[in-house]
Amino acid sequence: MTEGFGETVLRLADITVRFGPVTANEGVSLELRRGEVVALLGENGAGKTTLMNVLFGLYAADEGSVELFGQSLPPGNPRAALEAGVGMVHQHFTLAENLTVLDNIALGTRSLWSPVSGTRALRARVRALAEEYGLRVDPDATVANLTVGQRQRVEILKALVRDARILILDEPTAVLTPQESLDLFATLRRAVANGLSILFISHKLHEVEAVSDRVVVLRHGRVVAEAATAQTSRAEMARLMVGADIAAPAPRPARPGPVRVALRDVTTPARGTATGLRGVSMELRAGQVTGLVGVSGNGQTALAGLIAGLERPERGTLEIDGKTPAVWTPRTAVRAGIGRIPEDRHGEGTVGDFDLTENAMMELYSRWPFSRAGWIDRTSARAWAQKIIKRYDVRCPGPEAPIRLLSGGNMQKLILGRVMETAPDVILANQPVRGLDIGALTYVHEQLLAARDRGAAILLISEDLDEVIALSDVIHVLSEGRLSPGFERGTMTPTELGAWMTGAGFEDAA
Amino acid sequence: MRLEPIPAPSLARRAGFPALALGLTALIAMGLAALAGAAPGEVAWLVVKGAAGSKFALLETLNRATPLIFTGLAVAVAFRAKLWNIGAEAQLYLGAVATVVLGTGLLDWPAATLLPVLAVAAMAAGALALLVPTFLKTRFGVDEVVTTLLLNFVALLFVSYLLEGPLKDPMGLGWPKSEPVIDAARLPRIAEGLRLHWGFGLALIAAVLVWILQTRTIWGFEIRAVGLNLKAARFAGMPVNAVLVRTAILSGGLAALAGFSEVAGAKGNLTTDLSPGFGYTGIIVAMLALLHPLGVVVAAIFVAGIFVGADSMSRAAGVPSFIADITLASALLAMILALGLTSLRIRR
Amino acid sequence: MSELFDILLSASFWAAAIRIASPLIFAAMGELICERAGVLNLGIEGIMVVGAFAGWMAVYSGMGLWPGVAVALASGMAFGLLHATLTVPFGLSQHVVGLGITLLATSATYYAYRIALPQVNTPPKIDAFDPYAIPGLSDLPLVGEALFTQTPLTYAAFVTAALVAFVLFRTPLGLAIRACGENPAAVAAQGLPVTGLRMGAVIVGSGLMAVGGAFLTMSAFDSFFFEMVNGRGWICIALVVFGAWRPGKTLLGAVLFAAFDALQIRLQQTELGAVLPYQAFLAAPYILSILALVVMSRRAQVPAALMVPFRKGER
Repeated sequence: MTEGFGETVLRLADITVRFGPVTANEGVSLELRRGEVVALLGENGAGKTTLMNVLFGLYAADEGSVELFGQSLPPGNPRAALEAGVGMVHQHFTLAENLTVLDNIALGTRSLWSPVSGTRALRARVRALAEEYGLRVDPDATVANLTVGQRQRVEILKALVRDARILILDEPTAVLTPQESLDLFATLRRAVANGLSILFISHKLHEVEAVSDRVVVLRHGRVVAEAATAQTSRAEMARLMVGADIAAPAPRPARPGPVRVALRDVTTPARGTATGLRGVSMELRAGQVTGLVGVSGNGQTALAGLIAGLERPERGTLEIDGKTPAVWTPRTAVRAGIGRIPEDRHGEGTVGDFDLTENAMMELYSRWPFSRAGWIDRTSARAWAQKIIKRYDVRCPGPEAPIRLLSGGNMQKLILGRVMETAPDVILANQPVRGLDIGALTYVHEQLLAARDRGAAILLISEDLDEVIALSDVIHVLSEGRLSPGFERGTMTPTELGAWMTGAGFEDAA
Repeated sequence: MRLEPIPAPSLARRAGFPALALGLTALIAMGLAALAGAAPGEVAWLVVKGAAGSKFALLETLNRATPLIFTGLAVAVAFRAKLWNIGAEAQLYLGAVATVVLGTGLLDWPAATLLPVLAVAAMAAGALALLVPTFLKTRFGVDEVVTTLLLNFVALLFVSYLLEGPLKDPMGLGWPKSEPVIDAARLPRIAEGLRLHWGFGLALIAAVLVWILQTRTIWGFEIRAVGLNLKAARFAGMPVNAVLVRTAILSGGLAALAGFSEVAGAKGNLTTDLSPGFGYTGIIVAMLALLHPLGVVVAAIFVAGIFVGADSMSRAAGVPSFIADITLASALLAMILALGLTSLRIRR
Repeated sequence: MSELFDILLSASFWAAAIRIASPLIFAAMGELICERAGVLNLGIEGIMVVGAFAGWMAVYSGMGLWPGVAVALASGMAFGLLHATLTVPFGLSQHVVGLGITLLATSATYYAYRIALPQVNTPPKIDAFDPYAIPGLSDLPLVGEALFTQTPLTYAAFVTAALVAFVLFRTPLGLAIRACGENPAAVAAQGLPVTGLRMGAVIVGSGLMAVGGAFLTMSAFDSFFFEMVNGRGWICIALVVFGAWRPGKTLLGAVLFAAFDALQIRLQQTELGAVLPYQAFLAAPYILSILALVVMSRRAQVPAALMVPFRKGER
C-alpha cells in the first residue's frame, strides 16, 4: 500500500483571486503529496476558504493554475475537481436536512439521466466504508435528526464514496467536541494510511500540531511560511499567523456583585430541530463573565432566546434582579437593562436595507427621544447613530448608508455600540466574534471586559472553547439542554470541559 | 459567467433600467397592435388621445384611476410588510357591500355625517376580509397568497348571493343589482360641472397619509422593518404579529375604500361587475410605483390611462382592448426584471 | 340523508369526480414539480388558461387531438421558460413574477382569442376526446364505470402522477430536483447545475399545468370561454400543500376535492338546494381548500429552500 507515497498529487501555482478591490489570495503556491496531511493555517479572513474554493472549482482564480495528479484542472467547474478525486468538507455542511443520509450521499453519484437510483448497492458501500473508517452513522436516518458530528461523518462519507484521493477539510473541528475531534483525527489517520492526502484548514494551533505533517501559514492572502510541523512550535506558528506576538487577554480578577439574572429549573420546549432547555438553573452576577460552551444545537439557541426575550420558560422561573417579569418579550428585556448581541448579525442583528441610523435605533425606536408621540425624530436618531459610529470606530460612508455595505466587523461594532451605549446591567454576547478579523475580535473582547469591570453581568456564548476559557470567570457547559455546574476560572482543562460537552458528568448520564 | 449583486448601484443604473423596461413594454404593445393588423403608430396615438386627448378623456382617466389608487395603496402597504395580500378584489367588494347596506336608507343621515360613517364601515369590512387570512398566517402558518386568492372567489359569490337575495333591487327588472344608495350617500363632484367625484380627492389624501405614516411614524418604521427582515424586527422587540395585523387593517381598509368610492362616487349601486379586476390591477400599480405611496398615484393614473385609452382605441381601430392588460402585465414583469438588473451585474 | 348515500354509492358520481379531478391532477403535479425544485409557481392559473386555449385552438384549426395536447404542453412550457428565467437565474420575487405571468398569460390568451375569432358570440365546439372503456376493467362493478370508462386524457393524468412520483423518488434526476428544493448549495457542491435543474422543473411543470388547462377544453367542455379556469390553478396550489408535496397524497387530495365538487353540484338538486342559495354550494370548494390548508399547514414539511433563490458562489 505504501507504493507511490510521496508523489505530488496536488499543485497550486501562483493563485491570485480578487473580489473587486479586495485581493483574497495573492500568488499562493502549495503542494500536497500522497499520504500526507498538510495544515493550512491562518486567521479568519486570511484567505484560506477562498483558496479552497478555487481548488474545488467553486471560484475561478484570476491568475495561476491548479494541477491535480499532473493534470491541469479547468477553472470554475466543481464537477471536474470531484471527478479528479477531490472531496471537500465545507465548514458549513452542504447537506439537505430533510433528505436521508443515503440520499445526500447518492446525490450526484450517478448520471442525472440514469433510470435507476442504485440505492441498494450504495447502501452496502456506505456501510462498508463507515466500518472501515470508523464513521458510524445510519444511512436511512434523516439528516435533520443527526448531531453535528454525525453530519460531518456524512460529509466525509460523501467524499469517500466518490473515491476521493484528496480530502479538504475546512475548519472541521470548529463544531466538534474535543472527543469528537479525536475521533475525526483517528479517521483521518486511517485515510492517510490508505494513501489519501489531506488538506486540513484550521486556526487552532494544537490541532495543527496534533494532526499535520506539514504546515503552510497564510496571512492577508499570501503564504508567509511553510515548515514541517515537527520542526516548528506553537508560539512560532502563532507569530507567523498573526504577524506579531499575540497577547492573550489577561483580565483582572473579577469582583462579582449581586445576581442580576437567575434561572430556576427552567425548561423550554424544543423548536423544530433545536433542543430546548431541560431544568436549567444558573445565575448571572454583576461584574462577572459567565461563559457557556457546548456543541452547537445543544440548547444555546434556547438559552440565548430566553435571556433575549424571544423565549419564555415552559416550566421554572426566570428572575431579573430578583423579580419574575410578568411579560417577557425582547422589548421588556431591553427595558429591563439587558443588552443583546445576537448570534447572527445579518439575520437577526440588523436590517440590511436600513441605514445605520435606523439600525442604531432598532431597539429603542419606540422610546423618547426617538419616538415623540409615535412620530420618529430623525434628528435624535441620527445624533445617536453618529455617537455610536464615533465612539465605537464604525468605519462607514455615513449614518445614512445602508448597513449591508459594511464589513462584518463594522456591522458588529455598530451592534456592540448600540448595546453598550445604553449601559446595560446584563449583556448577552452570543458568538460575538464569529467571522471577525483579529482587529475587530480584539476590540469586541476588550469592550466586553471593560463592561464587566464597570459592573455588567455578561453571558458569553461561543463555539470556540479557547475564547470562552480566556474570557470567562465562570464556565457552564450545555449538553442536550442540560447545564453543568459553574466552574471557576482555571479549574477546568479543555479536555475536562470536553467530557462535559459530550454529556459525561451529568447526573442522568448513562 | 454568473450574476453577482452590486452593493450600491449608480443613479444611472437605477434610472436607466426602469426606463428600458418601459421602452421594452411599449415595443411589445406595438408588436401586438401590428399582430392585430393595425398600424402601431396610429394605435399608440389613439391610446394617448383616448386617455388624455380631451378634458372628457382626462377626467375619465382620473375617475378610472381612483379605485386603482386605493387598491394600489392597499397592495403597496401590505407588500412593504411582505404580507402578500392578493385579495384586494374581495376587500373592495366587502367595502362596497358595507356601503350599500348602510347607504341605501338604513341610516338616513345628512351627507356630512353619513359619508364618513360609510367610509369607516367599508374600511372595517375590508379590514375584516384581510384579517382572516392574516390570522391564519400568524396562528397556523397558512400561506396568505392562496387564502387571499381563494377568498376573492368566495367574496364574489357572496356578493352574487346578496344581489339575488337580501340586497336585490325590487325595481331592478330581475337584474342582480342593489338598490341605489340615497343622495346623502353620494360623493359630491369636486367642482360643479366637472365629471370627477370626491373619491379621487380622498384617494390623493389617502396616498399622502400613507406616505407620512410609512416615513415619519414608528408604525411605518415597524412595517418596513418587518417586511425587510422579520427575524431582526422580532429580535429588536417589535410586536411582529401586531404589526402584521395593523398592516392588514390598513391594507384591507384601503382596498375597501375603492369599493366605497366606486359605489358612493362612480356607480351609485352595487353589481357583480363593479370591479373589472381593480384588485389585481392594484398589484401592477403598486409594483410600477415601487411600492411608494405617492408613486402609486402616478402609476394608477398611468395604468388607468392605458385602460381608458385602449378602450377608446379599440372602438376606433378594432384592436381588442385586452392589449391594455397584456401591456400592463408585461410592464409589471419588465419592471421587476429592471429592478433586479439594477443591482446585479454579470461577472465573466 | 339517504339521498347523500345514493349519491355517494352511484358510479356516475365517482365517474364525475374522477373527470373533475383530472385537470387538477395534471396542474397540481406541475406545481408539485416546481415547488419540489424550490420555485413557487403562481403563474399556474394563467398557464392553465393558455393551455386550455392553445389545445383547443390547435384542434379547432385542424390538428389532431394528441398533437393539440402537445401544442398545449408547448405553450405552457414557453410561459414556464419565462417564469424560470426571471425567478431562477435572476432570482426575482416568485410571488410577483408568478402573478405577473398569470396576468400576462390570461390577457395574452384573451387577446389571441379575440384576434383569432373576432365577433363570435357562442364559442365553437370541437370534436373532443371520447370516453374509452378499457376492455375488461370497465366491466367491473362500480369502479369499472368510475375509473375505466374515462377519456384517454384522464388515464394520462393518472399515468402522469405515477411518472412524477417515480422520477422524483426513484431516479437520480428526481433526487437532484428534490435536493434543489431543500438545499441548492448541496447540489452545486456536487457539480450539478442548480439553475438548469430548477429551470427544467419549472418548464416541465408549467407544461403539465397547461395540459391540465387543455383538459377543460379538450375533454370536458369541448370549447373555450373566458374565466373557464375559475381559480382551479389556485386550488392546485392548495392541493400541493394538502398533499404534503407528495404526488400520491396530492392525487388523493385532487380526487377528494373533485368528489366534494361533484357532490355539491348534486346536492344543489336535493332539498338542501332549496334551503341554501346556490352560491353557498359554489363557494364550498374554495372554503374547503382554505380549511384543508389550515389543517395541513401545521404538519406539512415544506421544501426548505422553497422561494429561496440560489446564486453560485454565495451562501
